Amino acid sequence: MKKALTFLVLLSILVNCQRNVEPEIRFQKPAHFPEPHYDFSYNPVTTAGFQLGKKLFFDGILSRDGSISCGSCHIPSSAFTQHGHDLSHGIDDKLTLRNALPIMNLAWQKEFFWDGGVFHLDLFAIAPIEADNEMDETITNVLEKLRRHPQYPQLFQKAFGTPEITLDRFLKALSQFQLMAISANSKYDQYKKGLTQLDAQELAGLQIFQQKCASCHKGELFTDNTYRNNGLPIRRFMLNGIDTIDTGRNRITLNEQDKFRFKVPTLRNVEVTRPYMHDGRFRTLEQVLEHYSQGVQDSPTLDPLLKQNGQLGIPLSQDEKDKLIAFLKTLTDEEFLRNKLFQQE
Amino acid sequence: MNKLKLKIGILMLSVGFFACKKQHEHSEPAPDPNKKGSAEVYFDNFVGTQEFRLNTTYTNSTTGESFKPTMLKYFISNIQLKTANGTVYTVPQMESYFLINAEDPASKKCIINNIPEGDYSEIKFLVGIDSLRNTKPVEERTGTLDIAGAAAGMYWSWNSGYIFVKFEGESPQSTAAGNKFRYHIGGFGGYSSPTINCIRQVSIEFGNDRLKVRQGNTPSLHLIVDFLKFFNGGYQLKIADYHTVMFSPATATIAVQIANNYQNMFKYDHIHDHGH
Repeated sequence: MKKALTFLVLLSILVNCQRNVEPEIRFQKPAHFPEPHYDFSYNPVTTAGFQLGKKLFFDGILSRDGSISCGSCHIPSSAFTQHGHDLSHGIDDKLTLRNALPIMNLAWQKEFFWDGGVFHLDLFAIAPIEADNEMDETITNVLEKLRRHPQYPQLFQKAFGTPEITLDRFLKALSQFQLMAISANSKYDQYKKGLTQLDAQELAGLQIFQQKCASCHKGELFTDNTYRNNGLPIRRFMLNGIDTIDTGRNRITLNEQDKFRFKVPTLRNVEVTRPYMHDGRFRTLEQVLEHYSQGVQDSPTLDPLLKQNGQLGIPLSQDEKDKLIAFLKTLTDEEFLRNKLFQQE
Repeated sequence: MNKLKLKIGILMLSVGFFACKKQHEHSEPAPDPNKKGSAEVYFDNFVGTQEFRLNTTYTNSTTGESFKPTMLKYFISNIQLKTANGTVYTVPQMESYFLINAEDPASKKCIINNIPEGDYSEIKFLVGIDSLRNTKPVEERTGTLDIAGAAAGMYWSWNSGYIFVKFEGESPQSTAAGNKFRYHIGGFGGYSSPTINCIRQVSIEFGNDRLKVRQGNTPSLHLIVDFLKFFNGGYQLKIADYHTVMFSPATATIAVQIANNYQNMFKYDHIHDHGH
């Protein structure tokens, strides 16, 4: 009996120790990244907040019939995109307007969606929850379901001190999970830190990239966070029975000059975020480069950088394209893509 | 005999008059700005001269169109009261967001507390939610502004911003499915790029009447909100032309014109010195 007790005490100490050993989850800016845009003073990342956010992220309870979670369209191993779909699929297999954007390095993003319609990460999740072709649920009802859930009130208590489930806390927890999705350890990053070398092909690709791509895909985040018309041919398509033309940023500003402008996406992990463009029309990086060199269409809102000296597009030889693709693949961050922290349990 | 009757009549009238006046003065002592009182502001919805009711059919004689409202909600915010001598009282902002919902009769009464005593002659408010609040973090959107609570359905999640006025119903003139008309008007001017702004400020004077706010006496102000003017204003909105106006490039200019119309829907009706 005594032995058993001692054993139990020892075991519990062991378990407790192990718990203590687990590193606390905190946001840390990668040294070579600029200051984040997200104001963490409102919502500091904690282990409990992150874990709650993670559970919510992968829980179908956010959707009307329990079938769709955030993770359905944002799969961690594809840099949180919906691998293989051009337009992402939501509830009842309904099509959405666009291709799901990756979730990574969101702390450095000022606006969200391809059109920038949401201007704070904390406000983001309401949109997919309430969209009738995504999760088709009301935010009010989601909170009600969570309040009645056997585990969530406790998890909210752990994360925020009391079991109260409010919209603010719900959204903050989701943000905490997403904010931790930081990709900053690709081969390119290691090269920047002097930890590895790029091969000749990749280096040549980097040089071409800096000359021909980096004015939009700028800096360590590989985007300047602007909206641009990159000359894609305009597509008319049926979206769940409605004849649709996606005018991009124009839907948010209602400004003619913003017609067909879309957010410049980051290129980190671009190798695994196919298909490409707001409507996922290109399946490969080769097709993307083909578009920039041969396929750019003129229109009143075409980005001036794609029409320099009266010439449409960006001139690229086959050799340059190969080198560019070799470089783009150095942006793949295996550590990020395989990180257990983000995988559904 | 007749003269006597007349005299008595005059006497009685004047007694009545003075009595009334005396009582009036007696109940409202001179305002002491160090003391605080409350006031009620009623937004009484009408269609022309008829009371506004959901699921009731009205005819707009100007356009010949008829309509049956099924939903009406709108935000009033940032209320200010002004006395005849120009003293302005601004209601603290977080106590100054109201959602009037035709489905909930109690919502038409907006109670304002902690007003310095005074004889107020004018009210100012916004139809909609001020731009700044539209950009605030979620934790600063409580009460009336709670997107998952009172303000559910009054918020565009895909284009962060509140819907200021939501007016839906049916009309035989609508060519939409189910003859529906749906007007969701909002737009606070844009966050990083300018866009339409449908916030409108309304100022209403009470003529010779005064909203006499005193500690322990809560007067009520009744405003008439005439939804016929939603259609018939500087812009003539015809349901046959536009059965759906929301936040969309195709109807952006119409939304702005509707906002101009709703700015002029409000007018002073009457004040009850002692509430209700």
